[in-house]
Amino acid sequence: MSEATATPRGSTRIGAPAGGRSAAPRRSFLRPLILVVLLVVLLALPIYVEEFWLRTGFAVFGAIVGAIGLNLLVGTTGQLSLAHAFFLACGAVTYVFVSGDSGGIGLADLSGLGLPPLVGMIAGVLVAGLAGLLFSPIAARLRGIYLGVASLGLVFIGQHVLNSWTSVTGGFNGRSAPEFSLFGFTFGNRDPELFVVGVPFREAERLWYLGLVLAFLAYLFARNLLRSRPGRALQTLRDSEVAASVMGVNVQRYKARVFLVSSMYAGLSGVMYALSIGSIAPESFGLELSILFLAMIVLGGLGSVGGAAAGAVFVSALPLVFQRYADVVPFVGGAGEGGLAPGEAARYFFGLAIILVVMFEPAGLAGFAGRFRRKGRDPGGGRPTSSSSAATDSSTTSVPSDRPAQGSTS
Amino acid sequence: MTQFLSLLLNGISLGAIYALIALGFVIIFKASEVVSFTHGSLLLLGAYSIARLSEPLGFFFGAIVGIAITALAALIIERLIINRLRGAPVISLAIVTIGVDIILLTELIRRIGSDILNVPHPWGGGSVRIGDIGISQNRLIATIVAGVLIALFFVAFKYSSWGVSMRASAEDGETAALMGIRLGRVSALAWVVAGALAGVAALFLVGSPTPGVSPTVYTVALRAFPAAILGGLDSTGGALVGGLLIGVSESLASGYQDQLLFLGRGFGDVVPYIVMIAVLLVRPSGLFGTKELTRV
Repeated sequence: MSEATATPRGSTRIGAPAGGRSAAPRRSFLRPLILVVLLVVLLALPIYVEEFWLRTGFAVFGAIVGAIGLNLLVGTTGQLSLAHAFFLACGAVTYVFVSGDSGGIGLADLSGLGLPPLVGMIAGVLVAGLAGLLFSPIAARLRGIYLGVASLGLVFIGQHVLNSWTSVTGGFNGRSAPEFSLFGFTFGNRDPELFVVGVPFREAERLWYLGLVLAFLAYLFARNLLRSRPGRALQTLRDSEVAASVMGVNVQRYKARVFLVSSMYAGLSGVMYALSIGSIAPESFGLELSILFLAMIVLGGLGSVGGAAAGAVFVSALPLVFQRYADVVPFVGGAGEGGLAPGEAARYFFGLAIILVVMFEPAGLAGFAGRFRRKGRDPGGGRPTSSSSAATDSSTTSVPSDRPAQGSTS
Repeated sequence: MTQFLSLLLNGISLGAIYALIALGFVIIFKASEVVSFTHGSLLLLGAYSIARLSEPLGFFFGAIVGIAITALAALIIERLIINRLRGAPVISLAIVTIGVDIILLTELIRRIGSDILNVPHPWGGGSVRIGDIGISQNRLIATIVAGVLIALFFVAFKYSSWGVSMRASAEDGETAALMGIRLGRVSALAWVVAGALAGVAALFLVGSPTPGVSPTVYTVALRAFPAAILGGLDSTGGALVGGLLIGVSESLASGYQDQLLFLGRGFGDVVPYIVMIAVLLVRPSGLFGTKELTRV
């Protein structure tokens, strides 16, 4: 049996000629349209909604970037990694160190380079990538589950470093993150004061657009990567390493590269996290964060870029929404009021959702979407289409012939 | 020298506890191909139920019932979820257990709250001195019990029909099934045994020198992962060696903390992971794990 997560690929898998015929024209028209409408709505949103949602939005964009990166590693290439929090921490710490100023807060004596934030962001991405590259020789030697546990170790080592290397990380109490700015334009409340159609554009609004741009670029890059030659190679790697190497894929090198790319994504996500919270602290980058990211991509659908984004929105926004509407949502109450705390309620929900998704819909949200699309197009539902989630759907028995036998897929 | 011997002894006793947890981990992997990330919260469940039950039931009954509850929880997880996913990819199975872990851990942490629950061990917090070397009574008893349990396990694994069927199904599940071995039952029993071992480990983990039941027990349990991995996930002997290795190195690193201060305070907690990564660099399948053969 292959070690791959035998989740079906979303639309990114081409090479399913059997079904593409009937659906192709309509779909190629519909998808960009949805994307454009979504973009317009997202662009216009800061004019209408209040600050809370914009702040949540920026955090969500950061999570989307991270989730897409992890998905490349776990979903596409089938390398289970719990080290994502570590790479996020690398990015966040580097940003804070490179762009932060030296000086002492309380007892801690902090050092910083005081370079422009853009340099800090790029450095954060690069350092995280470097960390991924350094780990990749270990990763490339380990198979499947051994990698999962070894990467677990990285998180704890990272925690230790964050706690002890006080001059850079701020130690146990963490340190604050410098405001982002781009060529003199700050993403803060002032400087310059800005009004768009009468709405003051302050920190939240500006960060929203920054997040939107970064997340969108991250999405495009991952999608194009998956459709290119390296993307195909990575998917083959997941399905069978032996087959991949027989086909001329250099297994070690591709594993190292996917680790590099994935941890660079994590680094960017870490920088965005630091910007969104305004500070970093060791406890934010614990195992729990890695698990949340895993929850995002599992719920979204392993291997699907759009699914990862959807999962990230869901997982990172849910606790905040619970918190905001604690008095409306059933069972959720403030701490000490007998009900569940919002964070707890959200965790129960994620845990349950992960179990249910793996048991009943391994393709996650992306699978649901695929099923929905298929139904709308083809009421009979009997014919599998290029959306290969048909392959897991036990009711549609005719599996596209190009799929390799993968043991049981559920 | 005295310090070294004392650290070594304490390390071995800690290692024995790790070995119990790691052994459960390995049994589960052998029987059902699942890497159980629920083990940390199972351990916490054991510690919590023992602490809560030993008040009304008395220590011994409380401990027994607590261990039974842990085993039962493991059984329920296996029956409800793992058994239905037979044949699914290893990674999916691992992810499912992470889901279970999130739920169980959240519930336990919510119940524990900010209390520190204590287990009233009848042997108390005293320590024993052998010559110049001191060790807490709790740890000494833990070492003995763990030794007996591990020995019993190895005998059962080798000679009992359960052991034989388990080894057979780990070797080749399909053939074993054709020979009339009921894989579902083997796997269920493996989870029960692993749960019970985690319960026993929990019983000793919350005694001196560790202070009571608190969510940190969970992170202690996580250090048994490196033990299982570096011994080789499918090797029961490896779990034992791995547990001892991790226990001793952790104890030494904490003991010589002052000399290792340049590495930061609390370095001992990280040592298990560093040892694991170092071992995996040299032997990717652990010390005694079966190397995966690739045939085309």
